[in-house]
Amino acid sequence: MSEHERSSGPASGTVDMTHGGGGRAMADLIEDLFHRHLKNPVLDQGHDAAVLEMPSGRLVVSTDAHVVSPLFFPGGDIGSLSVHGTLNDVAMAGARPLSLTASFILEEGFPLADLERIVISMANAAREARVPVVSGDTKVVEKGKGDGVFITTTGIGVLADGVSISPMRAKPGQAVLISGSIGDHGVAILSKRENLEFETEICSDSAALHGLVGDLIEAVPGISVLRDPTRGGLATALNEIAHASGVGVVLNEEAIPVRADVAAACELLGLDPLYVANEGKLVCICDAADAARLLEIMHAHPLGQQAAQIGQVIEDNDHMVVMQTGFGGARVVDWLSGEQLPRIC
Amino acid sequence: MKYVSEFRDGSLARKLASAIAKEARSDRVYHLMEFCGGHTHAIFRYGVQDLVPENVNFVHGPGCPVCVLPVRRLDDAIELALHHDVILCTYGDMMRVPGTKQKSLIKAKAEGADIRMVYSTQDVLKIARENRGREVVFFAIGFETTTPPTAVALLQAKAEGLTNFSVFCNHVLTPPAITHIVRAPVEPGETPVRIDGFLGPSHVSSIIGSEPYEPAARDFRKPVVIAGFEPLDVMQSTLMLIRQINEGRHEVENQYTRVVTREGNRKAQDIVASVLELRREFEWRGLGTVPESALKIREGFSEFDAEKRFTISAKQSREVKSCECPAVLRGVKKPTDCKLFGTTCTPENPVGACMVSSEGACAAYWTYGRKRAAGAVPRGAAA
Amino acid sequence: MCLAIPARVVSVDADDMATVALEGIRKPVSTALLEDVTVGDYVLVHVGYALHKLSEEEAERTLRLMAEAGVLADELEELAADASAEATS
Repeated sequence: MSEHERSSGPASGTVDMTHGGGGRAMADLIEDLFHRHLKNPVLDQGHDAAVLEMPSGRLVVSTDAHVVSPLFFPGGDIGSLSVHGTLNDVAMAGARPLSLTASFILEEGFPLADLERIVISMANAAREARVPVVSGDTKVVEKGKGDGVFITTTGIGVLADGVSISPMRAKPGQAVLISGSIGDHGVAILSKRENLEFETEICSDSAALHGLVGDLIEAVPGISVLRDPTRGGLATALNEIAHASGVGVVLNEEAIPVRADVAAACELLGLDPLYVANEGKLVCICDAADAARLLEIMHAHPLGQQAAQIGQVIEDNDHMVVMQTGFGGARVVDWLSGEQLPRIC
Repeated sequence: MKYVSEFRDGSLARKLASAIAKEARSDRVYHLMEFCGGHTHAIFRYGVQDLVPENVNFVHGPGCPVCVLPVRRLDDAIELALHHDVILCTYGDMMRVPGTKQKSLIKAKAEGADIRMVYSTQDVLKIARENRGREVVFFAIGFETTTPPTAVALLQAKAEGLTNFSVFCNHVLTPPAITHIVRAPVEPGETPVRIDGFLGPSHVSSIIGSEPYEPAARDFRKPVVIAGFEPLDVMQSTLMLIRQINEGRHEVENQYTRVVTREGNRKAQDIVASVLELRREFEWRGLGTVPESALKIREGFSEFDAEKRFTISAKQSREVKSCECPAVLRGVKKPTDCKLFGTTCTPENPVGACMVSSEGACAAYWTYGRKRAAGAVPRGAAA
Repeated sequence: MCLAIPARVVSVDADDMATVALEGIRKPVSTALLEDVTVGDYVLVHVGYALHKLSEEEAERTLRLMAEAGVLADELEELAADASAEATS
């Protein structure tokens, strides 16, 4: 039995400055928590840098920092979110994710038991996605200088030839599709933050979408745009695309899937679901002729059951996103200015 | 959602739209002021303007408590947060409103002020209980709907002896504001605001009842229809106003009968009266000084009055000179008449409150009006 | 101003509080501003307080009036169409 062997019970104690120091305490932390749970052949080589096989095709890289608060919420935590978020960024370029890296900034005093929970969650998410975490880093900051834990993940993927997906490629006449209901994640977070009580919990929709994306691209390699509507919600994502492509978008309010309880929570909090973050949904813009086929594929996938066509792309020099309301009139769906704040008015 | 979704029904909207189209006389224009910012928001959010004829104009009133709060009071709240080491609790609506030199609560928070967003005065009481060693100040804003919750909190604080709790009170009143608008003298260079009738506020009226509007309707000979909050309510109320105007009547009618009665919520009124009283006058952004239009904390509760507990410095509070919020709030100018609109003043960088508040006329016009000005909003073009 | 939403009272609790439900969401609200709140009542909720009870009878009546407004308009239109048809025949 090596002198370093630890008991396999849950971690106890808190992060302290020695953990970031690069010395013995650090090595133990890494070994205990990270390597134990994130185990994979590349990580096990023990180098700082991961040596990977060069795939054929084009390389895609994406990085994302995760600062979500609260750290634990219904349907996930900062760990699973950091994995799903970066996998999705890679997937939205049409690429197949190959590996992930993760760097942690830990605040002095953060409970190791919570850290372990987060790492286990990351490991599970990575395992389910079949994408290993191949390199990592840990730093510790003084108490008060962090929010418990910040995680930055980078994803590397490969893009097959013939796939050209970009927010600049939307064209008038194309169909706008969404893979499922909007607003779930943001409401789940807010409900936890504000201690709203729910009879049936609204869970974050945090999920890795690259499997679904793979199916979609296989059926229609010529998809124009893919985007996951995260911060700022569906409205912001569509405005960004409209702007990048120099087009307008017309939405049909009645076609946009929103769960009844999410809609009700938004009413209570004074939020508009169009601007609420999603972490397991994608927007797809494709030629009108391909819409039915893509919807069929989404419906057949666990993450696309509520998929729907919600609008179309039109010519518009003002690059606006406009919505036909269920009520009968039209409204403009503008960019979000800053974070959407709940209203009393 | 029961009693919500039914009042957003598209097929009923079409019926009401055709009724309005029939009854609106083509030989005149109807200028209807929706006093309440929530109605402004509903009109834009549901595209009600598209469903009424061209000669029916909604004039956006000053019923947006965020928009009418004078800069000086916001500066005071920011000072409390930054320099008096308090926990300042506020509703979300106020966070981004710009004060003097474009300082806001959200910027003050970034500078280290302990500013917390709350949904309810109950949250503030909770924070006060959990932080007995800190001063907790509630930044109270709002019309008569939002005032009773503040009053309840004051009563509860007194009963519990929550000595670290206080209120910075900026509650304002609706009927005096309506009177003031109708009577307002015209500034040089302005066309007087033309109002043929009022859509009265929904939830203010649930508290105060429909009775307080009767003097204004009678004395100024303008019809008032208390309108519910949902878009169908706005449309039915528009129809009722058009009928009154056509028939030369000027009564107070209640469309929102499922919630509003003539006397309102007496218990809430009594609770408010026991804790708060009229200020002699209060400065409103845009309307200037309006007599007996706002509330302050009564003598018996003065230990919870933030204005008495803290010495707030006198200030040079300034609105940006070319900001036309004052004129917009009175319905005298349109947002597009303001030089700053869309250039210096945008939702990302608001200069005045009318651009920040989701129901400020400028914010509403920014999202909706630009499109109408640029060209017709495509109808029936949806998938 | 004054975002308020109708919700159904599912329990009356201690200290002037009640629990309301809206589409499967439960929320505690203060009933300090109302008298005699009972389970099954619909109340208007604003900033965590129940402001007023909602009269279901009046809600139904309002919806009926709205539907009728349309009917009356249609009838008037038909009458006008008939009149002009007669005039030209």
